[in-house]
Amino acid sequence: MADKTITVEVLRYRPEQDPAPEFQRYQVPFSDDMSVLQALLYIKDELDETLSFRWSCRMAICGSCGMMINGDPKLSCKTFLRDIHPATVRVEALNHFPIERDLVVVMDDFIDKLERIQPYIIPAEPRSLDQGAYLQTPAQLDKYEQFSSCINCLLCYAACPQYGLNPTFIGPGALALLHRYNADSRDGASAQRMELVAAEEGVFNCTAVGYCSEVCPKHVDPANAVNQNKTTAAADYFARFLKPKGSGK
Amino acid sequence: MESFKADVVIVGAGGAGLRAAIAVAEADPGLAIALVSKVYPMRSHTVAAEGGSAGVAQAHDSFEHHFNDTVSGGDWLCEQDVVEYFVAQCPQEMVQLEHWGCPWSRKPDGHVNVRAFGGMKIERTWFAADKTGFHMLHTLFQTSIKYPSIKRFDEHFCADLIVEDGRAQGVVVIGIASGEFMLIEAGAVVFATGGAGRVFRENTNGGIVTGDGMALAYRHGVPLRDMEFVQYHPTCMPGTGLLFTEACRGEGGFLLNKDGYRYLQDYGLGPAEPVPRNKAMELGPRDRLSQAFWHEQQKGRTIEGPHGSVVHLDLRHLGERKLRERLPQIYELAEEFLGVDPAKTPIPVRPAVHYTMGGILVDGSCAAPLPGLYAAGECSSVGIHGANRLGSNSLAELCVFGKVAGIEAARFARTVSPSAAATLQKQAQASEHRARAIVAKSDGTERIAHLRKEMAETMERGCGIYRLGDSMQATCDKLDELRQRYKNIGIEDKSSVWNSNWLMAIELGFQLDVAQAMAYSALNRKESRGAHQRLDGFEQRDDEHYLKHTLALFDGDGRPRIDYSPVRITKSRPAVRAYGAAGEQAEKEARHG
Ligand code: SF4
Ligand code: FES
Repeated sequence: MADKTITVEVLRYRPEQDPAPEFQRYQVPFSDDMSVLQALLYIKDELDETLSFRWSCRMAICGSCGMMINGDPKLSCKTFLRDIHPATVRVEALNHFPIERDLVVVMDDFIDKLERIQPYIIPAEPRSLDQGAYLQTPAQLDKYEQFSSCINCLLCYAACPQYGLNPTFIGPGALALLHRYNADSRDGASAQRMELVAAEEGVFNCTAVGYCSEVCPKHVDPANAVNQNKTTAAADYFARFLKPKGSGK
Repeated sequence: MESFKADVVIVGAGGAGLRAAIAVAEADPGLAIALVSKVYPMRSHTVAAEGGSAGVAQAHDSFEHHFNDTVSGGDWLCEQDVVEYFVAQCPQEMVQLEHWGCPWSRKPDGHVNVRAFGGMKIERTWFAADKTGFHMLHTLFQTSIKYPSIKRFDEHFCADLIVEDGRAQGVVVIGIASGEFMLIEAGAVVFATGGAGRVFRENTNGGIVTGDGMALAYRHGVPLRDMEFVQYHPTCMPGTGLLFTEACRGEGGFLLNKDGYRYLQDYGLGPAEPVPRNKAMELGPRDRLSQAFWHEQQKGRTIEGPHGSVVHLDLRHLGERKLRERLPQIYELAEEFLGVDPAKTPIPVRPAVHYTMGGILVDGSCAAPLPGLYAAGECSSVGIHGANRLGSNSLAELCVFGKVAGIEAARFARTVSPSAAATLQKQAQASEHRARAIVAKSDGTERIAHLRKEMAETMERGCGIYRLGDSMQATCDKLDELRQRYKNIGIEDKSSVWNSNWLMAIELGFQLDVAQAMAYSALNRKESRGAHQRLDGFEQRDDEHYLKHTLALFDGDGRPRIDYSPVRITKSRPAVRAYGAAGEQAEKEARHG
């Protein structure tokens, strides 16, 4: 088994020297339990120190290692060579993001969106620490728990055709997080956040392709969050025309 | 060099760093905070903590109990006044996280639920399924966005600490995307850079856990305390070392040897009962469980696997439903990484390095002996873990001491004014020069990956679960050699943008220094205590000579100097550390005697 190998093709791009991204091939020893991340680490350690990529936890929880693997957005730490061998592994930087270098993308846009959705509890009824914890039943927890599992890996952005066309779209991951706070029984700021949801960059960009939920490694189901908000945002939108409204934003 | 002026600079944006940043922001919104991380905050290794975070929560529990569990769990090498403070603050910090949105698991009536954990007498571990660290980290990160005074420097690598006029006055950082250096001036510096588990071969840690803050403080003369105490977690994935949380056992999982026998009963942890009893059997402390594995292996009662000997973590009797609800991540890890359905088949596990109990010497207010420098979390040694940390105390530590470090650093920063900017710049330029020299060098022949491997192997050989004088000496010698060879490393990558080759080389320098502090501290402790167990005539705990902390002091190219300092004992005199039925008996006697 030790002499089996697998071919790994990596899209390289070093802005200081490469005019354009180009594939480079490496031969890596193959074993059944190796992940694509382990193959990349082998390349970095033994074959080519200049290859750059993000990684840390190795267990699908830190969200660093998203990349295109044979055309699909995946976490390299939980994609296994055994599922690809004997075919070639082809890895590229995540779609829809500018390449910083090699497999590293510029993710400022996502961070900016995350900061804009007010991803924190704005309490409906503020409590002091002496008053202790809020009560929240398992059923109430259930309403948002799934959406709180997002590891910010960006796979859903790489999958989303709308984000590809229109990068101002807030996108699946951040909308799932927005929904996570709106659906939390402790929070009282959904009206505030709905303005963003219903705005130009909000949910109506989504054409319900659903690929985002398919690629999500943590079962967050961002498409579901987006859809739930479409209904609410639509209701909001019409309410605005029906009710006479003060000057107020 | 470009510079940024902050009042407080915090290095590391995991649980402790984020908590510190929020504490500064709340203490005084007028203070400028620079929060530096070599990754994006949500990638920090806090994310991988699974089982839970400690804090007394039930009527029949008390601070006294949490104190006693922690101090005996640490084999009496804890700073007892600090532990007293810690246990009293934990519940409030857990409530604070709840207010910030942490999705704690709940009881049917809506109250926060707690679970059993190793070495804890009463259930007091708050949990968010089996992704507690992940949820705490994201809660803290997302909450931190609320505070405009926190300016983040994401993906900025801290290359040096600036010490001028006898105090810490800032840091030098490298923007990873640009390769440009920047000086961040500050009245106070907080290190919250995490542990150093990656100096060992098989470990549960993320790639970023390379002891950066420890090494930088150490190089600037701050002692590293109790570095010989490195925790092996008993239930990890063979080969990769990935963690299967202690909560597996808290929820009722068994550890079986190759005969299907719950072997822990042979190691003073019994009797074996069908439901978990706190502080017994599978709910014993981590050091004892990892040591029991070692003995089973010696006796030939482990199972041979492709990545070494294993025992079985048996969760089958808990049933798929409970496993999916309480341990969903563990379920997926077993299925996807090992192809094992834990509801049907036991999971093969073996011990791996998990946690560094020691770290940057700080007092109860998180202040290092170097004025202006504070530290919190795994990089620090504030004194609560002693010779062995109890599971779920470290997540609580991030919050309790992250907050203390933030408040104290803010207070200090208000009392000082910076040295002349030109002096600080000069120092920063010297640091830049040193760091760039690593890439500029063209004749180096040593490959960093190979040095790293040799380091990790020698650490495992000399500083494993059981230790021998000879092999520790061999490890010390090997590390001396590696530090020499490190001077001759060659870096293939000469570019500026995202040059991870270069950063990993700097990290390797940090790791070698920290490893050396660990190995020499271990060699010099001639007794067995907690996670430091010897088999060469020093099998017993020796309170007469070694009821004291080890201090490792940096000595440039040479070996660390080893010194000792007293342990603060307030109310718990060292006693026999017993678990299982023997532990209960000892407790009864203590109460009556
Ligand atoms: S929703 Fe899923 S795919 Fe999208 S960022 Fe979050 S975890 Fe990743
Ligand atoms: S390395 Fe952390 S998610 Fe893959």
